[in-house]
Amino acid sequence: MTRQKRSHHRLKRAAAPYLYLSPSLLIIGLLMLLPMVTVIGYSFQNSAVLRRDPSFAGLKHYHAIFADPVFWASLWHTLYFTCMSVIFHMTIGMVFALMLNSDRINPTLRNILRVLYILPWLFTAVIIAVIWRLLLEPNGVVNSVLMQMGIIGSKVEWFSSTATALHAVTFANIWAGYPLFMVSLLAGLQGIPKDFYEAADIDGAKAYQKLIFITIPQLMPIIISISLLDFIWTMQVFPLIWITTGGGPIYSTEVLSTYTYKLAFSSYNLSQASASAVVILLISLGLTLFYIRYQKAR
Amino acid sequence: MMFRIQPAMLKIAAAAWLLGATGAMADTTLEFTQWWEPELPAGSLRAIMNDFEAENPGIKVTLVSGPYATTRDQISVGAATGTLSDVVGLDGAWVNNLNAQNALADMNPMMDASEFDQTQVADIIKVDGKAVMFPVASFVYPVFVNMDLAAQAGVTKLPSTRAEFLEAAKKMTHADKNQYGWVLPLSLQTPSGVQNDLMSWVWASGQSMMADGKPALEGKPVVDMLTFVKSLNDAGVISPGIATKTEQEKVEEFVNDRVGMMIDSLAHVNLIRKRNPKLNFDLIPVPVVENYNGKRGLPYASWGIGISAASKHQEEAWKLVQYLMSEKVNAKLVTLANAFPGNVNAKPDFVTSDKAFAKAFEIFKTGYLANEFTGLPVAEDLMTQFDVEAQKMLAGEQSPEEAAANAQKGWMAKF
Repeated sequence: MTRQKRSHHRLKRAAAPYLYLSPSLLIIGLLMLLPMVTVIGYSFQNSAVLRRDPSFAGLKHYHAIFADPVFWASLWHTLYFTCMSVIFHMTIGMVFALMLNSDRINPTLRNILRVLYILPWLFTAVIIAVIWRLLLEPNGVVNSVLMQMGIIGSKVEWFSSTATALHAVTFANIWAGYPLFMVSLLAGLQGIPKDFYEAADIDGAKAYQKLIFITIPQLMPIIISISLLDFIWTMQVFPLIWITTGGGPIYSTEVLSTYTYKLAFSSYNLSQASASAVVILLISLGLTLFYIRYQKAR
Repeated sequence: MMFRIQPAMLKIAAAAWLLGATGAMADTTLEFTQWWEPELPAGSLRAIMNDFEAENPGIKVTLVSGPYATTRDQISVGAATGTLSDVVGLDGAWVNNLNAQNALADMNPMMDASEFDQTQVADIIKVDGKAVMFPVASFVYPVFVNMDLAAQAGVTKLPSTRAEFLEAAKKMTHADKNQYGWVLPLSLQTPSGVQNDLMSWVWASGQSMMADGKPALEGKPVVDMLTFVKSLNDAGVISPGIATKTEQEKVEEFVNDRVGMMIDSLAHVNLIRKRNPKLNFDLIPVPVVENYNGKRGLPYASWGIGISAASKHQEEAWKLVQYLMSEKVNAKLVTLANAFPGNVNAKPDFVTSDKAFAKAFEIFKTGYLANEFTGLPVAEDLMTQFDVEAQKMLAGEQSPEEAAANAQKGWMAKF
């Protein structure tokens, strides 16, 4: 084999992996990187999309959104909505998973509960929003039941009052999202060797001690992974909030996604909307990097 | 094996190519983007286009149809990229933005060149002196009254003034039975409640929210309207859940006998009848301030039409606009849409055959169309801002004067 042929062969071998990867890279480039880069570009332009010759705006749009009190309110609401959702998804998911994994519950009842508990996961965000709007409307079932039980004295406008709206949408999101934790933790629970619990029994450990010293440490990798993913996904929730409250009343349920949407499609300020979208991207990116580092460390 | 092409086949192919090529050269194809086709009976808009094509040999029309919101986004992007369809369906709330992008053609020269009779159209929407839109079909917003609830409450004379409206609403309200006098949808998701359910009170009394082309929200008309709405809220006659209530929910509450009165689009008459065939309702104009005897402004939403500035076939596009605005065709189109005509001489069939529509047509003829959001910059954003301030007022966080002043400040920034 001549030197030229050998070099050609080496080149072909080196290029082969990239050729195999090229369809995926092309799709990622077209569907993910290109839109992302375009939006970043828009955030530095005046009258992006709306003008054929947009001028360079520098950081003007970032200054504008950082100077807007509604943006900071949206950020705070997003953090509250996300943190509360993740904490309660995890807690409820854990309780239900332990229940479904328990031998003390009748197997038939367990199967029925398994189906019931997973139901919220089967509904789309729009259906969930409509269900909760109907349940929580002033003349809805929830008010009627609470009034009959004497818990509230008059009708509460759950989604229409600034005092309750954010809690109400967070509650609806908690209801919609716990099954992910439940299913993941149930799978984790079924993977914990029985020997650990038998050894603990011999040592005279109580149920809560087994939970704290065996179950939770064994589930910790799943808890952290799912919590991070849930945090990233919940931060970007849009349809549930949009359909239930539209970001109102006043700005009490405005989150970053609804704030960005209004900038884009109500104000037609696509440059500022892009800047806001880039802020969401940066927050999500930070969390994603944290998630990747955690996965690598494992 | 040798493949031999028959001379006859060659001749047929050449003839077909020639026919196609000449056809393509002779025909002008107009693209017409709108959201009307899905809202009309299936095939009816296409049939009107077929009639137009038959009357105008050499012009073909391609309909680009979609839901309202999709069409709005499509038109915004088309305006930015210079790919706007030749003829576009327009909402009055969009025209200012589109005009700022130089996306709409001025129809003044076209009207002059074709000696178009401008007195035959109900309105011509102008921005910076440019005629950019004609309302083809208008959906007016009268007050719907549940006559059974009114009778039970002892309301014998339907309200004509704001004071009478408040009294009637009080009589119809029985909160213990989930029954209220009025319904006000101020959801931020679709802030059109500001236009249809709040500002309509201002326009009905022949007043305005503008002065010299600028917002005048701190003026007496708007402050009085806010004070009036606050008095309705304080009296507890408005159905609860105002801040998140949508137009659909408003209609549902009316249909289910839960509210006595609502301001709503005439386009919903058939829907209301379908949802509750037993509902006994009547239509009245929006009540006015005391001692007002002038013509009443009637809030409306419209299907507007305009021509793209980038169109290479503006002459043909103008022919289509003229065709849709002509007396007979306009009457046919608005009959299909249950709307009021853009051509003042057109008389839709339903106004003679249907009692409710006949009443509404009377209200329409004795008043005038009023929607000051038409042609304003970022109209939806302005509504959202006003909506937020109105919500704050109804929540007791500010007075009507403060709400008006804050909204004025926000609006001025957009002008």
